[in-house]
Amino acid sequence: MIEILDERKRQVFENGKDSYNIACGKASTAGSVSQRACVFCGSRVVLYPIADALHLVHGPIGCAAYTWDIRGSLSSGSELYRLSFSTDLRENEVIYGGEKKLYASLVELIDQYAPKAAFVYSTCIVGLIGDDVDAVCARVSREKGIPVLPVFSEGFKGTKKDGYRAACEAVFKLVGRDNTTPVSPFSINILGDFNLAGEIWIIKEYYRKMGIEVTSCITGDGRVDEIGRAHKAKLNVVQCSGSMSYLAKMMKETYGIPFIRVSYFGIEDMSSALYDVANFFDNKEIIEKTQKVVLEEVSTLLPQLESFRRDLEGKKAAIYVGGSFKAFSLVKALRHLGIQTVVVGSQTGTQEDYNYLKEITEEGTIICDDTNPLELSKFILEKGADLLIGGVKERPIAYKMGIAFCDHNHERKEALAGFEGMLNFSREVHSSIMSPVWKYSPARIKHAGGAE
Amino acid sequence: MLLRHTPEEITERSALTINPAKTCQPIGAMYAALGVHKCLPHSHGSQGCCAYHRSALTRHYKDPIMATTSSFTEGASVFGGQANILEAITNIFALYDPDVIAVHTTCLSEVIGDDLAQIINKAITEGKIPEGKRVLHTNTPSFKGSHVTGYANMTASFVQYFSEKTGAKLDQINLIPSFIEPSDMSEIKHIADEMGIKYVMFPDTSDVVNGPMDGKFRMYPRGGATLEQIKSAGDSTKTLALGRLGASAAAKLLDTKCKVPCEILDLPIGLSGTDTFVDALRLAAGVAVSDSVMLERGQLLDVMLDMNQYTHGKTVSLVGDPDLVLGMAQFCRDVDMKVLHVVSGSAAGPKFDARIKELCGEEVIVKTGANADMFYFHQLIKNHKPDLILGNTYCKYIARDEGIPLIRIGFPIYDRVGHSYFPVVGYRGGLRLLEKVLDIFMDKQDKESPEESFELVM
Repeated sequence: MIEILDERKRQVFENGKDSYNIACGKASTAGSVSQRACVFCGSRVVLYPIADALHLVHGPIGCAAYTWDIRGSLSSGSELYRLSFSTDLRENEVIYGGEKKLYASLVELIDQYAPKAAFVYSTCIVGLIGDDVDAVCARVSREKGIPVLPVFSEGFKGTKKDGYRAACEAVFKLVGRDNTTPVSPFSINILGDFNLAGEIWIIKEYYRKMGIEVTSCITGDGRVDEIGRAHKAKLNVVQCSGSMSYLAKMMKETYGIPFIRVSYFGIEDMSSALYDVANFFDNKEIIEKTQKVVLEEVSTLLPQLESFRRDLEGKKAAIYVGGSFKAFSLVKALRHLGIQTVVVGSQTGTQEDYNYLKEITEEGTIICDDTNPLELSKFILEKGADLLIGGVKERPIAYKMGIAFCDHNHERKEALAGFEGMLNFSREVHSSIMSPVWKYSPARIKHAGGAE
Repeated sequence: MLLRHTPEEITERSALTINPAKTCQPIGAMYAALGVHKCLPHSHGSQGCCAYHRSALTRHYKDPIMATTSSFTEGASVFGGQANILEAITNIFALYDPDVIAVHTTCLSEVIGDDLAQIINKAITEGKIPEGKRVLHTNTPSFKGSHVTGYANMTASFVQYFSEKTGAKLDQINLIPSFIEPSDMSEIKHIADEMGIKYVMFPDTSDVVNGPMDGKFRMYPRGGATLEQIKSAGDSTKTLALGRLGASAAAKLLDTKCKVPCEILDLPIGLSGTDTFVDALRLAAGVAVSDSVMLERGQLLDVMLDMNQYTHGKTVSLVGDPDLVLGMAQFCRDVDMKVLHVVSGSAAGPKFDARIKELCGEEVIVKTGANADMFYFHQLIKNHKPDLILGNTYCKYIARDEGIPLIRIGFPIYDRVGHSYFPVVGYRGGLRLLEKVLDIFMDKQDKESPEESFELVM
């Protein structure tokens, strides 16, 4: 049994037992094995999928090395974004400043790769040595005639969420540059989907069948020119609660584009994502087409889920993900498979998010903010979870404990969004939980009453 | 054609790194600290550093990697991180109960100028460190050196903090490996064990980052050198450092601090590299080479002879950490392959270049440090295509684009398994490496040879 630090006690909540408001939005306690990352990480993951832009990391080599092609965001064309560019700051620049090196790097790269735009990420050290990144970017932009956008993502300046905000501010500067390309009266921007395993292509296809034009995707399979005309779309459809709400708000203020929040995971949420868009345009033809899409998809999907459900009924799941919006969808999606969520947490949830989680989960469910491996493994044991849904750092913990795992983060190999994503998700959960390997797991054998 | 942008013509680049062949110091320090039993690595900087290092090591080892962070905020970066780390020390001992916390710095805390030695003393005087528990630190500024330097620095700090000369003459030697796989560390111990030698080896990540699945999540797995062992290293008769860049700092410090003489060797990869190591072991411990080790040597040599025609004259390009690529170059020379290129993002100095040329001949192109990145490596390959690439996972783009087979060796390996469990060092490691190389060349021959010369017996 482990202790939970006093500072963290209010960040853990047992549904039906505790009555306080869960604490969140706090900086992580110093000394904890937090699963969270930094501001730079937030900016980098959000902007990374813009495929025809140059992404230059201004800092020591590590920040570029650790973010080199680790996100499974797919591109239908340019692969420029998958290369790793760094100014590789050394002692000399730390003392005398890195502006010269930054300028030279940008010029060399733009000459060589002819990108549509360039993002320059400031890392911790740039914030300290005081490089005027803004001025260098402006100069190169003038000289080379493409947008060169500073991303103020110094790691220590807050949490990953602040990185999302810095990314939104940078990408916002690309919006509104193209006023000539015509845009359909039934057009939307998809915000906050990153095209992991090709998910945005699935979603776009649904919208296409509904008669909706997707003007731009920000940022999954993103293109600089498309983002340039994003301001002419009629509606912003925002997925991923944390990362893109800020951009949607800025676009609303500046261009008057309304936005709705959606999730593409699970049957109900995916259907609402389509219906909400159709209802927004309030066009009979679109609504009929939407009904047809949903009906077709759901009627093919549901019978296929049945066989999975038969095996999975009564299993228990623990969820620990970055954004809480995803957690909502997962709780609901798992319910379709007969799986009850017994632990659910996120790195960046808000008070409102956690209250909603309380509503949709059952009594006894543990809800936690910014947890760590020791706590997580304790909750998993206490609640008898059979499955953990998380990211790269959680996977080996689940396996060592002898429970199933599903990666719902960067490293997912199969599309999990959309109706077909729900099928993939069910298949993945099913194959992990039902894997014959568990027959040899000491914990399972003990659990089943056999000899260890 | 992911790397379709790479031009064949090599031009001078003034500033930038494209597709790095190295990473920053702190991750090396974290890895070294994992090689000490019940030691919790602690990253003194922003939260992201720690998360990135843990993710990178997790992807490579597919095992849980535990480490804590000072979680710097804007305030800490103005006023210094002392308050953060003092709070962290208290929390870590209360919550995670390690025997030792191994603090490494980051670019952020280095530039702010936090004095870790002074802060740790303050923690001691304020009673924040429980009885019998220890905290140590090492400086790992990310803007100097590379992950190999970080590994070397942390290893040396263990000596600095814990090794003592008590005057007792212990009948043991010290083995200090460079940044290598847990499987390689096991293999080094295996050879010493077979020769009946008493030794202390640190860092030792075997049974830490390649632990078994036994139904339990362990914050501190079974393996790792103990503090007691590291302390006793000061009373050993000799130190063998395996890998100049990664291991010599600690070995030299044992010499100056505790007067334990040291000998610095290359990593024992391939027959000749392992011979050198075994010979040094024999002399250091005053023992004879055991029959079991001679048997392993004989088996490797046997296969080298049997299959020489398939390796003879084949060309290879090497990229990776200096200690490792030097060992690989030795292996290649042993089996009569020709090394065309040797590239490392970690600066290794002119002695390294000279040693590579001595092994591979004057024509070999060798470059380490600034601008020695995967982009440059790719350009070299475009200009002279080898039969085989030996390097980490990031070589897969080049291998695919150029249609050249790749054997994954080094750090990181994100897309294959085996490296945690099977060594490349020692005679048995040499045999494994040779098998991998032969499989590639012989499969290729089977696939490409015309029907009339397609052979059953090879």
